[in-house]
Amino acid sequence: MDRTVYREVKPTPAIWLMAVIAAAFVGAAGLAVLYIEHHGHIVTGMNNQIVWGLPHVFAIFLIVAASGALNVASIASVFGKIENKPMARYSGLLSIALLAGGLAVLVLDLGRPDRLIVAMTTYNFTSIFAWNVILYNGFFAVVGAYLFVQMARNISPKVVRSVGTAAFVWRLALTTGTGSIFGWLVARPGYDAAIMAPLFIIMSFSFGLAFFILVLGTTFPMTGRYIGPNLVKRLGRLLGVFAVAVLYFTAIRHLTNLYAAEHADFEYFILFSGSIYTKLFWIGQVLIGGVIPAAMLLRHAENTTKGQVILASVLIIIGGFAHLYGIIIGGQAFPLEIFPMYEVTSTFADGQINGYTPTIYEWALGMGGVALAVMIAGMGVVALRILPMNLSDRNIDPTEPDF
Amino acid sequence: MKLPALNNKSERPAELNRREFFKSGAAVASVTLAPGVTLMAFGGEASANADPGKRWGMLIDVNKCSTDCNACVTACSEENGWKLDGNPETDPQWIRKIDLKHKETGREASLPMMCQHCEEPPCVDVCPTGASFKRVDGIVLVDKHICIGCRYCMMACPFKARSFVHEAVEDQKSNAPRGKGTVESCTLCVHRVDKGGTPACVESCSATGNGAMMFGDLNDPNSEIAQALKNYPSMGLRDDLRVNPGIRYTNL
Repeated sequence: MDRTVYREVKPTPAIWLMAVIAAAFVGAAGLAVLYIEHHGHIVTGMNNQIVWGLPHVFAIFLIVAASGALNVASIASVFGKIENKPMARYSGLLSIALLAGGLAVLVLDLGRPDRLIVAMTTYNFTSIFAWNVILYNGFFAVVGAYLFVQMARNISPKVVRSVGTAAFVWRLALTTGTGSIFGWLVARPGYDAAIMAPLFIIMSFSFGLAFFILVLGTTFPMTGRYIGPNLVKRLGRLLGVFAVAVLYFTAIRHLTNLYAAEHADFEYFILFSGSIYTKLFWIGQVLIGGVIPAAMLLRHAENTTKGQVILASVLIIIGGFAHLYGIIIGGQAFPLEIFPMYEVTSTFADGQINGYTPTIYEWALGMGGVALAVMIAGMGVVALRILPMNLSDRNIDPTEPDF
Repeated sequence: MKLPALNNKSERPAELNRREFFKSGAAVASVTLAPGVTLMAFGGEASANADPGKRWGMLIDVNKCSTDCNACVTACSEENGWKLDGNPETDPQWIRKIDLKHKETGREASLPMMCQHCEEPPCVDVCPTGASFKRVDGIVLVDKHICIGCRYCMMACPFKARSFVHEAVEDQKSNAPRGKGTVESCTLCVHRVDKGGTPACVESCSATGNGAMMFGDLNDPNSEIAQALKNYPSMGLRDDLRVNPGIRYTNL
């Protein structure tokens, strides 16, 4: 096995083009934010019923994927899988980039983003949101330190392992906090479930790894570097297991709800009513984001090609968005049950399924978050020695045949 | 943090600590800019007027509430300066009327719904900055100075009692400051209560002759409301959540 050589990526025309496209999306998001701030949230599709909309779907997807993107590094440092080591730096960088993109969307959607300093300095510790501010900021610090010890010279492997373990524990806490945003909402039938925290953790494993594979699979050819098919296959197999685990936790969540009569109406709404949320659940989340990619990745795992793994990753990302849209918007679309056993009507949409249509500004803000993550990751690999020159199977593991 | 119990300026201690100084800073600045207008945003000053011995609450007799009566909503709107502009999805609604029909028995009822001023308010628990807070006398408010507009309180409220200000507001009432991008809800007319008055909705309900709303101190065993609660059955909404609302309903 050769020594892994990391080199900055030389900005080729293709990379410049990507940078320009990403900058355009970030710029559009900036304009959207200015427009929303000037006119108020009246120009968005959000209202007093659906108070969290598409920006939150993007933000939470990116935040969840951020902690999952750290998987590859964790597997290398914490669980001693040496073959993952050459990708560990990129894994750390991507997780920081995704978190930054997600948080940018989250804070720019605030009613008063100008008061961000208040959120950073005034804490109410009974709020999981306040804890998350600390967990998110701490994640940057811990993963930043993890990247540093990986990249600095003469750092003992023990130190790398210790910092890597800290990062791993932190990312578990972070995703627990993100899931608990919903799990601890006692009043709404769509939330209020302890399973939200572990569900979000397993979602992060799956979405984060899918994102990592997708970006790795596109960055390497773009930069003229080689990535071995067995490596991609191995990552794909792991992704398949995570996809199945997400399906399992999802099944348990809904089965538990179905058993309780008080949640039957909500489950009917999500699973059977035929609304957009039913379609998103069965077609988006279960089929496109779960069953199909799991079958692609696990059925004939030995013969999976790079292209198939990348395609499965794309499907898991699409399914992940559908999953989070169902949780976030679907959970609010279903009316609060203040008067069980009563039909209720009011001027404030009591008892009604709440409608929501995102506007272009919300799309722009959300896409801007993704573009920001891509830009940060791109700048990282151009400026720092993050990406290895060669990820051929033989280079990673000498027992593998080379191609 | 326990807020200082300052009833008037003469009781203000000679030296405020730095945190209290900064907390009161915005209100002081506002008063200087607009003399005669109390632009309290329900922060330290509104808290300072609360009496820890009291718990303000309301008893609503659903039998006396008429389906076609909207007096409480109109009174609240006029008192606090919010209004319905024909956009029911985004217009603020500090108080609303809800019509009910039992799915099995067909019994119909109507009642006003507003912030329930819970003893264990989920909105206060989830607020990241502490902008959503409960006074020592049980009134739940939003401090407009530190609300960042995250809307987590709206996600957490079991009663959908809060509104987000979706656009710029005009013609504000000095007793109820409002701001685009922040969350708001029924204040139990704290500005009236602190002067010994009753909420506008209760007053208007009495004026109609229905008398469906009773306001008072739940902690005072001799108060009319405490006596009524003692002698007649009543309930809080979503009692299963054990948030112990200060608004009670009878004949529901």
